[in-house]
Amino acid sequence: MSSDVLLEVSGLTTLLGDAARPVRVVDGIDLEIRRGETFVLLGESGCGKSMTALSLMRLLPPSGRVAAGAVRLGGTDLLRLTEAQMRQVRGGRMAMIFQEPQTSLNPVMSVGDQIAEAVRVHEGGSRDRAPARAVELMRAVGIPDPIRRVDEYPHQLSGGMKQRVMIAMALAGDPQLLIADEPTTALDVTIQAQVLRLLKDLQAKTGMAVLLITHDLGVVAETADRLAVMYAGQILETATTDAFFAAPAHPYSRRLMESLPGADKRDGRLAVIPGRVPHLDQAFVGCRFAERCDAVMPQCRDQAPLWRELETGQGVRCHLWDEGGALPEGLQRKTADQGSLMSSVSEPAPHSGAAVAHMLQVRDLKVHFPIHDGVFRRVVGQVRAVDGLTFDLTPGRTLALVGESGCGKTTAGKGILQLTTPTGGSIRYRGEELVGLGHRRMRPFRKDLQIIFQDPYAAMNPRMLVGDLIGEGLQALGIERSRAGRMRRVAELLDLVGMDADAVDRYPHEFSGGQRQRICIARALAVEPKLIVCDEPTSALDVSVQAQILNLLKDLQDRLGLAYLFITHDISVVAYLAHEVAVMYLGRVVERGRVDEILDDPRHPYTRALLSAVPVIDREKRRAVIRLEGDMPSPSNPPSGCYFHPRCPDAVDACALSYPEETRLSETRLVHCLRA
Amino acid sequence: MSLMPVVLWTDGLVFLLLALIGAFVLFASRHEHMRAPWRRVVRSRVGVATIVVLGFYVVVGLLDTVHFRLALDRQGDDNAETRYSPEVLSLLDLALSGLRERQEKTYSAPFATHLFVKEAIEQPDGTLLRDFPRLEYGGVHLEDPARQRGFDIAWRAAWGALKGLVIWALLSAGVLWLIARSRGETPAATRATILAGRTPIPWRTALVMLGIMLVLSGVVGELALKYHILGTDKVGEDVFYQTLKSIRTGLLIGTLTTLVMLPAAVLLGIMAGYFRGWVDDVIQYLYTTLNSIPGVLLIAAAILLLQVYMSNHADDFASLVERADLRLLFLVLILGVTSWTGLCRLLRGEALKLREVDYVQASTALGVGHFTLIGRHILPNVMHIVLITLVLDFSGLVLAEAVLSYINIGVDPTMNSWGNMINSARLELARDPVVWWSLTAAFVFMFALVLAANLFADVVRDAFDPRLKSAR
Repeated sequence: MSSDVLLEVSGLTTLLGDAARPVRVVDGIDLEIRRGETFVLLGESGCGKSMTALSLMRLLPPSGRVAAGAVRLGGTDLLRLTEAQMRQVRGGRMAMIFQEPQTSLNPVMSVGDQIAEAVRVHEGGSRDRAPARAVELMRAVGIPDPIRRVDEYPHQLSGGMKQRVMIAMALAGDPQLLIADEPTTALDVTIQAQVLRLLKDLQAKTGMAVLLITHDLGVVAETADRLAVMYAGQILETATTDAFFAAPAHPYSRRLMESLPGADKRDGRLAVIPGRVPHLDQAFVGCRFAERCDAVMPQCRDQAPLWRELETGQGVRCHLWDEGGALPEGLQRKTADQGSLMSSVSEPAPHSGAAVAHMLQVRDLKVHFPIHDGVFRRVVGQVRAVDGLTFDLTPGRTLALVGESGCGKTTAGKGILQLTTPTGGSIRYRGEELVGLGHRRMRPFRKDLQIIFQDPYAAMNPRMLVGDLIGEGLQALGIERSRAGRMRRVAELLDLVGMDADAVDRYPHEFSGGQRQRICIARALAVEPKLIVCDEPTSALDVSVQAQILNLLKDLQDRLGLAYLFITHDISVVAYLAHEVAVMYLGRVVERGRVDEILDDPRHPYTRALLSAVPVIDREKRRAVIRLEGDMPSPSNPPSGCYFHPRCPDAVDACALSYPEETRLSETRLVHCLRA
Repeated sequence: MSLMPVVLWTDGLVFLLLALIGAFVLFASRHEHMRAPWRRVVRSRVGVATIVVLGFYVVVGLLDTVHFRLALDRQGDDNAETRYSPEVLSLLDLALSGLRERQEKTYSAPFATHLFVKEAIEQPDGTLLRDFPRLEYGGVHLEDPARQRGFDIAWRAAWGALKGLVIWALLSAGVLWLIARSRGETPAATRATILAGRTPIPWRTALVMLGIMLVLSGVVGELALKYHILGTDKVGEDVFYQTLKSIRTGLLIGTLTTLVMLPAAVLLGIMAGYFRGWVDDVIQYLYTTLNSIPGVLLIAAAILLLQVYMSNHADDFASLVERADLRLLFLVLILGVTSWTGLCRLLRGEALKLREVDYVQASTALGVGHFTLIGRHILPNVMHIVLITLVLDFSGLVLAEAVLSYINIGVDPTMNSWGNMINSARLELARDPVVWWSLTAAFVFMFALVLAANLFADVVRDAFDPRLKSAR
C-alpha cells in the first residue's frame, strides 16, 4: 500500500431493513482514494452509490447497518471509532455535500451563521473569528459580495449559490476528503459547470481528495481522475478515466456508454440494456448483470465472477476476462452494425421555407402569472413565464425547445395545449386559433394535441388500472364507446409501445420508471394525435432507460408521422432526436434554426455559453467553458433591453436599450442579437 | 303480530349509514389500493384489539337502534283491533328488561343491598326506626347481606366468568376452524401458528382481547341479574342500564354528524380547490364566516328554537322517545354544520395541489369533463384524508356531546346519554356523602370508547397516510 492512499475501503457491506430479509445495498466494496485525486463512483439509480457514501460517513438511516468491512482514513478505522470520535471526523477530516441544497440548509438561519456554526464546531476556541472565517470561506467558494451575503437567508439565494454555501460549510473543517453526492444533479448546466469548476479549483488549492457520486458520464469525463462503476451493490469496474473511455472493460460500462444519445448516433438506434436492476434482497449465484448482458455465457449464471486486475490498470468483475489479459471476443463496440438496423429510415429532406405547410404556428405567445398582494389581492406585478414566444412546427418533425430551468419552456408547452391559459399572442393549429377557446370548444382539438410529462410517477393516477388510464381519452372524446372496443384498442397500444397486454389489469406502481413512461406514451397515442408535447420525458430516467424511450419516440415518429415539441435541457438528447431547435432564455426564444446549425455554429452568446457548459466525453470535442456571471434574472422583473445583456460576455451599451429584433441568418435560422 | 316496528329518524340514518358502509366495503374489496391500507389496519395488533372493543360498543348500539312497540294484551276480546303500547322499546330494552324494570326508590351504591339514604321504617312492633331500608331488588335473595354478600358476589362472578369462557371457547373454536379451513391445514397446526403469533392478522391478540371482553361481559351479566352493579340514580333507575343506553347516543353523535357533514365538506372543498376563481372565493368566505361564529352559540340557538317548536306542537309527537329523537337529530345536524369547515379546508388545499399534478393535466389534455375528472382523479386521491378525518373526529364528537349536554343544550334530558349523566352528577357530587357512581360509570364507558376510537384512528392514519408510509 502506497503512502499516498487516503481512504481505503475493503469489503464494505451494508444492510438495510429487517434482519430476516435484509437488502444488501452495498455488497463487499473495495476501493482506494489517493490524496488530491477526484474519484468518481458511477452508477444508475438504486445501485447503492449513495449508500456507500453514507456508510463511509456512518450516516446510515436507522434501519441500515454496516455488516462487514473496514474503512480506513489515513490509518484510522472509521468503523471502530466511537460516535463522539466520529463526530470529529465528520466535517473535520471528511465532509459531505448533498444533491438538494434546498433541503440541506436551515431556512430560518442566515447563511453566514450556518457557515460560522460549522467553523466553530471544528475550530473550537476561535469563537470571535468565526464570522470572519465565514466570509473568507464564502469568498473561497466564489460567492460574490460575501460581506452582504452573510446576512441573507437561504431562500434569497439561487440553487447554485446554495450549493456553494454547502461547499463552504463542508470546507470549514479543512477536510482531506470531500464526498459529493450528485452535487450538480439539481442544477442547470451552466451552474453545473460553475460548481464543477469550483470543486476543481478548490482541490488544486487545498489538495483535498474528492469522492464524486454521479450518474452522468459527461460529468465523469470532465472531472474524474479515476472511477468505479457500481451495479447492484457491487463494483464492476475500476479504471482511470482515460482508460475507461478508451475501452470500457465491463459489458455494462460499454452498454452504458452506447446508450448515451448524441449527434453521431442520430441515424441509428441507441443501445438499450434490457430488463431492470435486480432486487438486492436475494442471494445472487452468478453475475448480477447476467440477466441483462448481451455477452452472457453459461458460467455467468451459476458462478460469481471474481475481481481481476488487467494490464491496463483497470479492474473488472466479469467472466469475459477469465481467459487472460487480451480484449475478449465480442467486446468491440457494436454501434456500427446496430446503426444499420435503422439506416433505411432516412431523414426527411430539409424543407425549403416557403413550401412547408406549418402544422402549428405560435406567434408572440405570452403566459403571465399575476402576483397578488395586499388585503384586496390587487395585482402588483406579473411573472412573465413566457414572454413573446414565436415558432412553427411542421408535421413529422421534432422541434426541441431548449433552455435552463425557469426559462418558461414547460409553461410554453402547457400554454399550447391550453392547460395554462395564455395571456396573449396566437397559437394556430392548422390555421385555427386556439388561444381563448374555452374548455368545451377546445375539445375537438384535444384529439390532435397531446402531452407526455417529465415524471412518469406523477403522471398516472395511482388509483386507476393501466387499462382504464390508457382508455381514458378514448372514452372522454367518445372515440371508442364500448368497453370491449376500448380494451382491444388498449391492447394494440400497449403492443405499439412494446409492453405486454397483461398490463391492463395492473396498477401503475407495479411498473418501473421506463415502463411507466411507455404507458404514458400509450395514453397520449390512444387518441391518435398529430402533435405531442414531450415535456422532458426522459430526464427522470436512468441513461439506459432513457435510450429505450428515445428509441421508441423515434420509431413512433417514423411510423406514425408524429410531430414532437420536445422540451428539454439535455443537449445530447436534442442532438440525437431534434430536427430544429429553439433556445429559450427568460420566456423568449433567443435563437432558432436547424439542429446542425445551432449545435455546430451557435450565434447567440447564450447558446454558445449553454453549449460550452455541457459536459462532453470526447476530449477533442470539448469547448472552453464560457462562464456566465450570476444567475438567470427573475421573470417578474426582466432586465431592460436584451434580457441576456447583464450576463453576456459580448454585451455592448446598445444591448441595454431595446430588445433586439430578429435577425434572419438563413432561410431556416433566426437569432435575436445585435451582434450576430 | 305482537309488535309494530318503529323507525325513528336517527334509526333511518343509521340504516343508511350501514348501507353506505356496506357499499364502501364492497367497493373497497374490489380495489387493491383500498384493500391494502385496510389490510395494514387489521394486521396491526392495536388495530384488531380496538376493533374488538369497538365491536362490542357497536353491537350494543345497534341493538338499541331497532325500535318497536309491543302489542298490548287483548283482554279477552279477540275481535278488537290490536293495540300497541305507547312505549317505544328497542331490542336492547327487551334484553335488559330485568334491569329496566327493577327500579328502586332512590340512590343506592354499587352492589348495595340497602338504600343510600335513611328512611323511617315501621318495625313489626309498630315503632318507627330511621335506618337504611333494604332494596326492593338489589340483593334481595340474600338473607343476611352483611355476611353473605361477599361470598355471593365472588361466587357469581366466578360463575359468570366461566360462562364467558365457555362462550369464548366456542367462538374461538369456530374462528380456528374457519382459519384452518381457509389455509388448508389441520386445526392443531393453525392453533400452533396463532399461539406463536405468526399469522399475518394477529389473531392471538384479537382472541385474547375477545376473551377479556367476553369474560367481563359474563361476570357483569351474571352479577347484574341480582345486584345494581353500578348503583342506582336519584329516581332509583339502574345506572348500568343507563350507561348501556347511552352508548347509542354517543355512537350516533360520533357517526351521524360526519355522515351529515360529509357531502358538503367533500363537494365544496374539492370544488373550491379545483375550480378556483370566484367559486373558491364564495366557498372560502362561507366557511370563514361560519368558522368565526362560536359553535356553541349556533348550537344553543338551534336547540332552543327546536325546543320552542316542540312545546308549541306537542301533539305531533307520538311519544317521548320520538321527541328526544328529533332533538338528537337536530343536534347531529347542527354539529355537522359547525364541523364541516375543517375537512373542507383540508380538501380545498389538497385539491389545489392535485389539480396541478401531471395526471390531472393529462386528463384535461385528453378532454375529460370537469366532473368526471373530479370523480375519477381527485376524489379517490383525497379519500384517505376524508377517512382519517372521520375517524379522528369521531372521538371529539363523542366528547362534544358530553360537554353540550352538561350545559343543557345537548340531547333531550329524558334521553340517556353520558353527558346527561355527568350533568346530573353535578348535584350528586355536592352531596355528603358523595354519590360518585353515576359520574364514574359514564366516565369509564366513555373513556373506553374514546380511547379505543383514538387508538384505532392512529392505526388508520398510519395505514392511509402516504407520507407516513416511508417513515415506517
